[in-house]
Amino acid sequence: MESANRMKILATRLALALPLFMLVSCASVADSLSRSAASNAGGAAFGRPISEQDLAAWNIDIRTHDGVGLPAGGGDAVKGKAVYDAKCIACHGPDAKGGPVFGAMVGGIGSFKTNVRVLTPGSMYPYAPILFDYIRRAMPMDNPQTLTADEVYAVSAYILQLNGLIGANDEMNSKTMAMVKMPNRDGFIIDDRPDTKALRCMKDCK
Amino acid sequence: MALKPVERMQQIVRASMEEVQARSSMTHSAPEKDRRSFLRNTVAVAGSVGALGVASTGANAAPLAIPESNKQMGRALPPEEYGMPSKFEAKVKRRRSDVLVNRQNFSDWSMTPLQSTPGIVTPNGLFYERHHNGVPDINPDTHVFALHGLVRKPLTLTMSDLMRYPAVSKFFFMECSGNGLTDWLKPSSKTVQQTHGLLSCAQWTGIPVSWLLDEAGLLPEVKWLIAEGADGSGHLRSIPIEKMLDDCMLVYAMNGEMLRPENGYPLRLFVPGWEGNVSVKWLRRIKAGTEPWHVRGETARYTDPMPNGMWRKFSFVMEAKSVITRPSGGMKIQRGFNEIQGFAWSGNGKIKAVDVTLDGGKNWQEATLEEPVIDKCMTRFKFNWKWDGAPAVIASRCVDSTGYVQPTVEDIKKSRAIVGFVQHHNGVFPWIVSASGEVTNGIG
Repeated sequence: MESANRMKILATRLALALPLFMLVSCASVADSLSRSAASNAGGAAFGRPISEQDLAAWNIDIRTHDGVGLPAGGGDAVKGKAVYDAKCIACHGPDAKGGPVFGAMVGGIGSFKTNVRVLTPGSMYPYAPILFDYIRRAMPMDNPQTLTADEVYAVSAYILQLNGLIGANDEMNSKTMAMVKMPNRDGFIIDDRPDTKALRCMKDCK
Repeated sequence: MALKPVERMQQIVRASMEEVQARSSMTHSAPEKDRRSFLRNTVAVAGSVGALGVASTGANAAPLAIPESNKQMGRALPPEEYGMPSKFEAKVKRRRSDVLVNRQNFSDWSMTPLQSTPGIVTPNGLFYERHHNGVPDINPDTHVFALHGLVRKPLTLTMSDLMRYPAVSKFFFMECSGNGLTDWLKPSSKTVQQTHGLLSCAQWTGIPVSWLLDEAGLLPEVKWLIAEGADGSGHLRSIPIEKMLDDCMLVYAMNGEMLRPENGYPLRLFVPGWEGNVSVKWLRRIKAGTEPWHVRGETARYTDPMPNGMWRKFSFVMEAKSVITRPSGGMKIQRGFNEIQGFAWSGNGKIKAVDVTLDGGKNWQEATLEEPVIDKCMTRFKFNWKWDGAPAVIASRCVDSTGYVQPTVEDIKKSRAIVGFVQHHNGVFPWIVSASGEVTNGIG
């Protein structure tokens, strides 16, 4: 698939060697790339090499279904409650039941087949490491990317424990976190649209 | 005491310089003098409108007064400024949703006044916003973009590096996947700004992502890439390689000027035709990998409820959709000629046709498309209507270049679950015109 795409890009670039600069009507050219008046045929290349080591502080993504990218460290719900009560409770409320800024982060498991789907990390997240990734990069909202790895593991463990998914003394770390079985793990389908079959009726429709 | 002409001119120039200094910036607050002259003009214009109405019958035409603006000097040019719309257009602005009220305004959105944007380009100050933790102010001189992961040569580029590449400019719409989520089954919103205003369109300038992927040397096993922002939410999305190589851009400008802070200054990803949040703003990093990352924003959010408690994920494309913007909710029309106007757009290609109904979907007539009609870009349509004063239900329905016909909500309900905050509402949207000419939301 990739090589086919690269061939397409290459073919497009060859086509771009033609002087398209004065082309006014975008609509007359089908391929989206060939619409542009500029190409990289001149071989512009201004990237500066960098090592993955030097990118370490930025390299915080986690592949959540298997936990690739989870850092060293760990914590359990007992330690997590202390972190939560110090840094999260003001917005999320006691026991993650909801506060002045954000709603409940507990409950909702089993609600998706009812008329009111309650979305919480417990009910919605297919993979537990999503908690680590999101809390580390985005929380606390007024001070993101300041928690230590141990604090993030601990507070993640606390949320999982409040949702009844792990015990109070179960340590979350780079090995254990991806193994937590989340209730919504198999709750997703890949985009299968178009899923509608509307017809272009013009007279006496319906 | 008569002044000599030269002295009088000097006095005027002095006064105008004082006025310029008094305006530290152009705002909509007008000096008292302007307001008074506006009142005079208004009286004159009001008189002239009445006069035109009567003149057409050939009786009792009131003479038009010379506008005051013809009889005095205009505003002096300030030494430098960023130009702003007329103060009389001050009501045309983005606004946050007043249907769903957030508990904070950092992970929030603002909507474009589509009823007041008559062309296909959305002015930058009216372009809709969606942020996940506010708008950062990033210095372009220190901003760095990194491309790494499964590539032969990880790279960083500064903004001045990126701007040395040949520039590519293209027109594309952008729409939030949540556009219309308040109005599926019953009316919640009043105006088209509230029902459809998470939609805008711009000319985007930057470079194809594929150039940099080539430069870094993608490894053959790469199937997905992740793009990450430098904002306080570190917003990120996984994107398949096919799309990245096809038409994704690294964008630094929109509509002929550098990006606005709220639209990703100084650098954003642009993913044509796909839900807005994958066009990651304040872009700091793209990483190549083999599988999607399944982050919160592509599992717990930006997924669509399906029957039997299921969810649809990676529903990226914004399917074909159209809406009438004039007349639309909150307006009042008069009998006789009315041009029906609106927008149509498709993330899968070009708009091929737009049909308009005046009887709630029983009969449809083809509208006229206004050039230019561009791939994955907003297209304007129009339709001449002579309203006879009878109550009417008007709506538009588009067809795109793949042959896809915009569905009704009834059509969509056959395959999806409409429960909670449901994204990807591209249903036909009716407006009700009452016998008095008032236009209201007719969904559901």
